[in-house]
Amino acid sequence: MNGRELIYEAVSRSLVDCELTIEDIDAIVIGNMDHFESINSADTWSVEGSGGVMKPIMKINTGGTTGTSVAIAAYYHVASGIFDRVLAIGWEKNSESDTTGAIITCSDPIWDRFSYSGAIPSLATEAIGYLKRSGATQEDAARVAVRDRTHALNNPYAHLRKPITVQDVMESPMLAYPIKLLDVCPRSDGACAVVFASEEAARRITAKPAWVTACSVRHSLSWFGDFDFDAGLLSLARASREAYEKAGIKSPPDEIDVAELYLPYSYAGLKWIEDLGFCPQNKAPEFVWSGATDMGGRIPINPSGGVISTNCIGATALLRVAEAAIQVMGRGGERQVPDVVNSLATGFGGCFWSDVFLMSSCMP
Amino acid sequence: MKPSDKQAELLAITFERAMPYEWSVGKYGSRFFQEIREHHRFVGIRCPRCHKVYAPPRRLCGPCFAEMTELVTLSDTGVLKAFTVVNYPFLDPNSGKNRPIPYTYGYIQLDGADSIFSHIVNEIDTSKMRVGMKVKAVFRNNADMKGNVEDIKYFDLVDP
Repeated sequence: MNGRELIYEAVSRSLVDCELTIEDIDAIVIGNMDHFESINSADTWSVEGSGGVMKPIMKINTGGTTGTSVAIAAYYHVASGIFDRVLAIGWEKNSESDTTGAIITCSDPIWDRFSYSGAIPSLATEAIGYLKRSGATQEDAARVAVRDRTHALNNPYAHLRKPITVQDVMESPMLAYPIKLLDVCPRSDGACAVVFASEEAARRITAKPAWVTACSVRHSLSWFGDFDFDAGLLSLARASREAYEKAGIKSPPDEIDVAELYLPYSYAGLKWIEDLGFCPQNKAPEFVWSGATDMGGRIPINPSGGVISTNCIGATALLRVAEAAIQVMGRGGERQVPDVVNSLATGFGGCFWSDVFLMSSCMP
Repeated sequence: MKPSDKQAELLAITFERAMPYEWSVGKYGSRFFQEIREHHRFVGIRCPRCHKVYAPPRRLCGPCFAEMTELVTLSDTGVLKAFTVVNYPFLDPNSGKNRPIPYTYGYIQLDGADSIFSHIVNEIDTSKMRVGMKVKAVFRNNADMKGNVEDIKYFDLVDP
């Protein structure tokens, strides 16, 4: 299957699901990491799969946040009142390139490319900073990977659907201290398509839409050395605070019923949930071990299995939005969290930047 | 006759041609490499608004969106702020070949600078490294310098 065919499968299924045809779509926002497949005009190259022939198309690539940027741009298109039905598409065929080599080409060619070795080492340095500050252990992080991989068993679309234990994680090969093979996301092929519709158009598609209540974006730096490894993930803290304020959420763990978080590695499932205000600083290990983030817990995280189970990069953050929408719409099947009113999706990428997307079953 | 796809082979195509690029280092970045070649030391640049010193020097301070002009002479030493030992194989886009592993990727704050510089640390035993250690640059022989970041071979740990 080639990239266009992959995109077509996601788009055609989303249209069937909405009982729409491609003629009903007013505009398309599409995103991937175009240099991964070395196809630099992916928006035009993919039109036969996206359905974009003779339609307005916007291509977006913001690194790991591509999928949430696509969702947010599609939302802006509809919220502006200019378009009624906009198709948001994210996709990636990681199998068509060396992912780490491709990621290295995102870094500065003069200064960073010589020593940089892809996503893992900069995350490893962040993890070391967090372990030092919080007193958390490698086993605490492993518990996050075990949770996500366990949740993936409920998701027929997940890439890795094999249960693992904390011991399995601890015994898996060390990639870059303290990150081991089972702490980190795989390279997946995949595509995701989501229809964004105006209030009136949404009501015609479904009796129970997922309403967007807030979205917020904080992109920061592009030099790896500019990131403060001793601090929290500032971009996520700032973006989530702004989104909570817009949506009127005062106590996130009490008012958000489920979260689909872009956690590319296990340590993020500790540090970043503190920055999201789910638990106090340095208390994430306790919070995660208590089962609060498991299915049936206080705030289940990643019922889909998350990024550690499936990572088709340009689609990854859009999958968070799609999965969070599915939860609000009550269409999660075996991965459904009961009685969801508010759901949260996040995107992470580039040089430690963040997108936050909030949805609700109640129209704002 | 209708073509049958019963026996169709699924093919993949590989392209392996070099496609060279050329990047400008910029005037302050060029000065950084000249300083290494001529004086075996580093140079930074100070922001007129937040007074942060960036090393390597760049023209613009992102947070202030301000242009910088005041160069600051630094030494050849710094402090290790973060590190990890890279232990998995991957294709290096600079060479087209697998990069030799293991090696230590380090974030180094050069003495007198506020920003962090990423480079290689000449040690792979994590028990011998810790955050906060002093490091010292080891440069290439002048005859081998090319005016790029590899003119710094690596940073040596300095015993406390």
